[in-house]
Amino acid sequence: MKIMSREQLSAVRESCKKALELQKKQVIICGGSGCVAGGSKLVYARMKELMEEKGLKVDVVLQHESHDESVGLKHSGCHGFCEMGPLMRIEPAGILYIKVKPEHCEQIIEKTILNDEVVDELIFHDEGKDFPRQEDIPFYKQQSRVVLEHCGNINAESVEEYIAIGGYSALEKALFEMEPQQIIDEVSESGLRGRGGAGFPAGKKWAQVGAHKEAPVKYIVCNGDEGDPGAFMDRAIMEGDPHRMIEGMIIAGIACGAEEGYIYVRAEYPLAVQRLKKAIEDDEKYGILGDDIFGSGKNFHLHINKGAGAFVCGEGSAMQASIEGKRGMPRTKPPRTVDKGLFDAPTALNNVETLANVPPIINKGAEWFKSIGSEGNSGTKVFALTGNIRHTGLVEVPMGTHLKDVVFGIGGGCSHGEFKAVQIGGPSGACLTKDHLELPLDFDATKKAGAIIGSGGLVVMGDDTCMVELARFFMHFIKNESCGKCTACRDGVPRILAILERIVSGDGKPEDLETLEELSEMVRICSLCGLGKTATNPVVSTLKNFRDEYEAHIIDKRCPAKQCNGMKHYSIVPELCRGCGRCKNNCPHGAITGTIKNPHVIDPEKCKRCGLCASLCAFKAIKEEF
Amino acid sequence: MNESMKQFVDEVLEQHSRDCTQVIAIMQDIQAKYRYLPAETLRYVAKEIGVSTADIFGVATFYENFSLEPKGKFVIKCCDGTACHVRKSDAIAEELYKLTGTSPDKTTSDDLLFTVERVSCLGACGLAPVCTVNDSVHAAMTPEKVKELIDTLRKENAEE
Repeated sequence: MKIMSREQLSAVRESCKKALELQKKQVIICGGSGCVAGGSKLVYARMKELMEEKGLKVDVVLQHESHDESVGLKHSGCHGFCEMGPLMRIEPAGILYIKVKPEHCEQIIEKTILNDEVVDELIFHDEGKDFPRQEDIPFYKQQSRVVLEHCGNINAESVEEYIAIGGYSALEKALFEMEPQQIIDEVSESGLRGRGGAGFPAGKKWAQVGAHKEAPVKYIVCNGDEGDPGAFMDRAIMEGDPHRMIEGMIIAGIACGAEEGYIYVRAEYPLAVQRLKKAIEDDEKYGILGDDIFGSGKNFHLHINKGAGAFVCGEGSAMQASIEGKRGMPRTKPPRTVDKGLFDAPTALNNVETLANVPPIINKGAEWFKSIGSEGNSGTKVFALTGNIRHTGLVEVPMGTHLKDVVFGIGGGCSHGEFKAVQIGGPSGACLTKDHLELPLDFDATKKAGAIIGSGGLVVMGDDTCMVELARFFMHFIKNESCGKCTACRDGVPRILAILERIVSGDGKPEDLETLEELSEMVRICSLCGLGKTATNPVVSTLKNFRDEYEAHIIDKRCPAKQCNGMKHYSIVPELCRGCGRCKNNCPHGAITGTIKNPHVIDPEKCKRCGLCASLCAFKAIKEEF
Repeated sequence: MNESMKQFVDEVLEQHSRDCTQVIAIMQDIQAKYRYLPAETLRYVAKEIGVSTADIFGVATFYENFSLEPKGKFVIKCCDGTACHVRKSDAIAEELYKLTGTSPDKTTSDDLLFTVERVSCLGACGLAPVCTVNDSVHAAMTPEKVKELIDTLRKENAEE
């Protein structure tokens, strides 16, 4: 049914709220990509089957006209604690069960649902302590969740449930109590900055689009092309709380005077596309999207565009080209997107996390938002904590939280080996080292340290990660993803990659370091778009922070992290060698000599360290050493 | 282009109102059915939506997801994002190549059963290293689990 007035909206909210209150217990099973991979759908099916068998009334969708008490069973979005999945949360007790399998369901129903007892073997344990309640687990306890507050707690596929917990009340306020300029002022005042990487003030952007009063069409574009390897917070929001982001987009539309919106989602996120599609359909049904929203006279239409696998499309002008059905290549600016963006119309392009911050700002006000975070960096930031770390997952903390508190406090430090560095902000970012542990994570402080927050990926590395190899890895990535439009990025990056490849395979020259620095600077200065300009950051930052590792590779022909195969030394253990000649006959470089039935010898000068001999030797007589 | 193919492409074109800005979505629908973009369908689409053949091939070759060559029945994407890389995804890829008879230069097996691709990030970094088979995610992979997976897929195929 279409909601045609504010009064009707209140009535629908009341009825949804009542229905939700009748769910005396709620079983919330994580339906994020991670837990689905771990089998959470099977757990869901088994729970449903068993509860029905036992005669419990199960609510899988929130029923408006319900009058009976029931148990709610729902798929939520990502809880963020992906490593421990599949996760199950039981409300109202707030119990979190980890690594749940279908065979545990019987016990969960008997003990927790029917008798309010905790199943001890399914709760989280750490360092001898039990944590039955989700909020007490150190991983969650040290977070402050604003953007992710609903992720994992509500049914991600139910607009009714979103309305019941107060969703779309910010939209209501924006429609009926605020002028567009007031919305822009509130967002400007809050100090909300773009969460996509650059940290541009969102209010300023909207004001610039709003200023085009004469433009016949304007657009709001949501950048859900989360291409930075190691970041997945936008996926979590799109999958776990799609209405929150849509609400932010509609408010942006009202503020800027735009009636059309596009969400650009990566093709790698099929579940996000599916959930967003469902959310848009439901919203259109309720009149939240479409013409004359809640009878206010304002219109907003929303479309989804699926990406087709191009990292560069995360760049604003490339994304617009892609939505227009062209090759996703950036263009020179000006004109800027806010003046001439999508289909040459003024366009406000915001990131998923930025838009998800908008509804609470409208509801609670700019002052509230400014009270979180550090000076000039209001609010929280979601980080994706991954790599060599004990607790991986999504972590939301106030801006300005120290790196140490995220990596060691919430993440629990490295899972093995000793902490070495964190790659922050994906391939355009930089690495932070032990010297940066006290660094406050906000836009300004990270910039000062030569890094960027970027999209918020934090990949933790221990002493078994080779930093030269890492730089090579990122350059390989950029080489593949360069769109090829400008020479500096298209041809400069492969030159850098070739040098790095030579260094990791043991053929580095002392002058390489200077050449790398020179080339990196050239690519930075001459590239057309932001991706090219930041492409060589990983090389520059590893050269600055880990120059000794480069030198070890080049001068000593040694990889301190013992990772680069090109640094391996091969020798034959005479006691084990039977002199069969297999290695000698197969060595592509003719580096092995010896006579039959006598121990053979490898000539280190001729050996190219390919490792073929070691893989062929039946007697394990070939020793590999770093 | 045979009759059934033409019929299907026409349906797709209708769904997207023959709108030239929808060309990526149109190609995604075609690829979803044929697992690649047959060249004749592209030429037809170009004519129907009013863009040049050069333009449409330009778009098709720009985006990594599109393939002008037939792909295998099981498209396995092995993630090489930073988190997976740090958790040694190279070993997973090598095992996949070895067991399916593919390589970085020849991504589809001769029997058209497997396509193995390395992708930059699947966004499941908390479960690294990961790979996906036709969009279903397989988490925390090890070379042993790769072997199990390939065996299961081969069996699944044989039973059909």
